[in-house]
Amino acid sequence: MAVPGATTLSDETAGRVPPALRGILPVLIAVPVVVLADVLLNTSPFATYLLSVVGVNIILAVSLNIVNGMTGQFSIGHAGFMAVGAYIAGVTSLELKEVALSFLPVAASDQVLFTVALLAGGVAAALCGFLVGLPSLRLRGDYLAIVTLGFGEIIRVVVQNTEAFGRALGLSGIPQYSSVAMVYFWVFLVVLVARRIAGSSHGRSLWAIREDEVAAEAMGVDTTGYKVRAFVISSFFAGIAGGLFAHFVPIINPGSFTFVKSMEIVVMVVLGGLGSSTGAIVAAIFLTLLPEGLRSLFGALGAGGSLAQKVDQIRMPVYGILLVVLMLARPQGLFGTKELWDVLPRWLPRKKKGMS
Amino acid sequence: MRRLAPMLLAALAVLAAACEKKTQPTGEAGGAPSAQAPATAQGGGAPPAGDDVIVLGEVGALTGGQATFGISTRNGIALAVKEANAAGGVKGKKLVVRVYDDQSKPEEAAQAVTRLITQDKVVLILGEVASSSSLAMAEKAQAAGVPMITPSSTNPSVTEKGENIFRVCFIDPFQGFVMAKFARENLKLNKVAVLQDNKSAYSIGLTEVFRQKFAELGGKITATESYSQGDTDYRAQLTAIKKTQPEGIYVPGYYSEVGIIARQARELGLKVPLMGGDGWDSEKLFELGGSAIEGSYFSNHYSPDNPDERVKKFIADYKADNNGAVPDALAALGYDAARVAIEALKKAPDTSGPAVRAAIAQTKDFPGVAGNITLDAKRNAVKSAVVLKVQDGKSTYVTTISP
Repeated sequence: MAVPGATTLSDETAGRVPPALRGILPVLIAVPVVVLADVLLNTSPFATYLLSVVGVNIILAVSLNIVNGMTGQFSIGHAGFMAVGAYIAGVTSLELKEVALSFLPVAASDQVLFTVALLAGGVAAALCGFLVGLPSLRLRGDYLAIVTLGFGEIIRVVVQNTEAFGRALGLSGIPQYSSVAMVYFWVFLVVLVARRIAGSSHGRSLWAIREDEVAAEAMGVDTTGYKVRAFVISSFFAGIAGGLFAHFVPIINPGSFTFVKSMEIVVMVVLGGLGSSTGAIVAAIFLTLLPEGLRSLFGALGAGGSLAQKVDQIRMPVYGILLVVLMLARPQGLFGTKELWDVLPRWLPRKKKGMS
Repeated sequence: MRRLAPMLLAALAVLAAACEKKTQPTGEAGGAPSAQAPATAQGGGAPPAGDDVIVLGEVGALTGGQATFGISTRNGIALAVKEANAAGGVKGKKLVVRVYDDQSKPEEAAQAVTRLITQDKVVLILGEVASSSSLAMAEKAQAAGVPMITPSSTNPSVTEKGENIFRVCFIDPFQGFVMAKFARENLKLNKVAVLQDNKSAYSIGLTEVFRQKFAELGGKITATESYSQGDTDYRAQLTAIKKTQPEGIYVPGYYSEVGIIARQARELGLKVPLMGGDGWDSEKLFELGGSAIEGSYFSNHYSPDNPDERVKKFIADYKADNNGAVPDALAALGYDAARVAIEALKKAPDTSGPAVRAAIAQTKDFPGVAGNITLDAKRNAVKSAVVLKVQDGKSTYVTTISP
């Protein structure tokens, strides 16, 4: 949560901050907050695990939002890119397990190698994004959906049949380097990149493509080029998310990157509002914590005996019902195309009006 | 209304998030508040004091692709716990099982097991069926120093994760040993040929042990031929095997290939019995193999036809609790895992991780419904397996082989 807050602040206080500081202000605020959070949470493995899952889902949702929200394309193979990142980063880390950089202490060298592995995963995913995107983004509408769907399934089947990736059993023994600080540093990066894109001329072109592709082309926008670039950036961050995932989940297995996972991410983006980065963040947090929240809620209500065993199965239907209700009440998603700070002042009591 | 919907949503989000945060401090502070939650969860007329229950954790696939496995296991565990509570519990306290669903996904299993350890403060963890989920859980349980017993993950790597991880089923290669002993001592075969699946670690593992043990017992392996999963024509290998005139053929593959192999062997005039492992355990085998598979033998964890009194009583109790469903091997192994755990809790001086771990490690000749269990130095169960014979389109119990 620290991260969107940081960018909000930078937007709001932009007028008062010296110009030289504006570029790095988000970094100055976000990095200490993230490190502090990591230190505070060190003693609670469950909170660390849950926050890491939330962080990975935020990265996935925000990066998918660049394609599905800002550019108006419909990609439903995000889990495939995540799988590429997870397996490439995982295998890289496994290979580098015994290696340490001599001029650094072991812990620091591990983090450096972890970053290398993450980048390898991200670049591999970006490359796949480029290869998939280049031919299919020349097309319009539903075709991209079908191509990305196919890609996701291909990746899963390839992994399932490759000895080096541990086949159906999965890849285990990947060093667990990940920390809350690392995950949220990448969350911060992806949000920063998404926000900067949205505000740039590049972003304006993406919005133009989203609103009317033919008109955008007539205005001289290189639609294919912009779409492919957006797609590659999105795939890169999906790969990073996968790499992070591989370093805090003890085993990665093809079953974790199915079509269902892709749809979960699409749901987050749609629920948050297509085109709203903060919407995607809020939806990712909400949807990830909901099942665990329901677990606590049912436990606290004192569901007794056999019922206690059954509530765990009820979680998923409840999750589904909540989604249906939310979409009926607010079809444009939580925030529509707006960001949190555009919407928040209207929801809050009037006294906070001065903030915007 | 327009304002109401988002407000409601925000309230829900806060609620979900708040639920998390509330339990978080108990994870750090530990002690009474977390023990309170399971006590209320038990509900009914249970005494409210948190000290009166011992909480066991279970992670299983109650939804998703392997749901039938998870549900059978859960029912088996529930039966064992019910019996223990009826007999007065452990150390004067009632047992409570916290079951979490992992949706057949390893990352969900890791999350659930972390929650069991840090929030619910369980003394012991039972689960999973799938080896990949068990591997994910084993890593977390080992790191936290909480003992874990997997009822039915047969992949050898699971217990290699560390000293806190146990299993109550045998590992894959043991079945090779069982079949070698059965072929040599019960069927009195002298010459046996082997047909292995070259693509599967399971098949290769079984073959290796079988060849070694069978030779050790004075038998002779006449030929070793290979095929790959998905092949449909095995006539070349079977012809080569036929030339060596074996008295039996060991085919430790999966039912989908074994059915076809049986048919083609009979076509070529090979009338000797086939032998295999639990990869044969499927109704499909009888469909694919038809009359060709009749008279063949395979090893398995458990058989409901076992005439042993313990097995009969277990089946009767299980049926009474589950609308007449006949317990499968997974239910039997779940039941055994829970009973081993309960026995260890009774023996241990207290319920701390190291004490319980030590008590589990001492399990010896424990009378389980799926064979007597002795845990070896590698924390794997050394136990008997059953041999089943294919007869009249179903498998029937023949004998129990002990290590």
